[in-house]
Amino acid sequence: MITLEAYFDYFILPILAISVILVFIRLFRGPAVVDRVVALDLIITIGIGIITVYSIRTNQKVFLDVAIILALIAFLGTVAFAYYIEKQKDD
Amino acid sequence: MIDIILALFSTVGALSILFASIGILRMPDFYLRLSVTVKASTLGVGLLLICAAIMFPDVSVTTKVIAIIFFLIITAPIGAHMIGRAAYFIGTPLWKGTVIDELAGMYDEETHTLESEPNETAENKGESSDRGNIATTEEETE
Repeated sequence: MITLEAYFDYFILPILAISVILVFIRLFRGPAVVDRVVALDLIITIGIGIITVYSIRTNQKVFLDVAIILALIAFLGTVAFAYYIEKQKDD
Repeated sequence: MIDIILALFSTVGALSILFASIGILRMPDFYLRLSVTVKASTLGVGLLLICAAIMFPDVSVTTKVIAIIFFLIITAPIGAHMIGRAAYFIGTPLWKGTVIDELAGMYDEETHTLESEPNETAENKGESSDRGNIATTEEETE
């Protein structure tokens, strides 16, 4: 009988870790700066998922506050990058 | 019973996040990578957060989870639209197998506004560069 704790430890969290590694490969390879921005955004989104699973696993609901802040920062980062990349062409 | 629901939701969520990361690695083009990433990762993280809401029978956790999901669903398309628009302006090439680039010549280079008809400057060189931003080789988009 597989418990839910073991399932989270040996199936869900490894899948999320492999996802972060795959996105990191794209972050290094590029080729354009916009690819790196999207990869960074995806890493932060997967980070929200990992924090959620970790808070379920450890029974600490305080960690969900961190997820809220990360969701805010990811959006601000993407919008700021898009704004300045678009302005860069003008001058 | 709750254990089965939790296992089901978290499995679907983790697998869609895995598909998003495989997509961002394997897709041939920036715009296709963007398209894969935004939808699949929002679905996956949303399902994992619903797992947390089912796990903790508590009003404060449910409120936080609903706030995060609402914020993700609102902001993910806006961010994707802005970064895709900026990428088209700086001339990120489309995949070489793209059939048509309907935005070619529609953007005003000076004011960054979108026209419904091709403007004059683009029309002069329009005959030669009918393919717009579409790449000619596989290496340009990697």
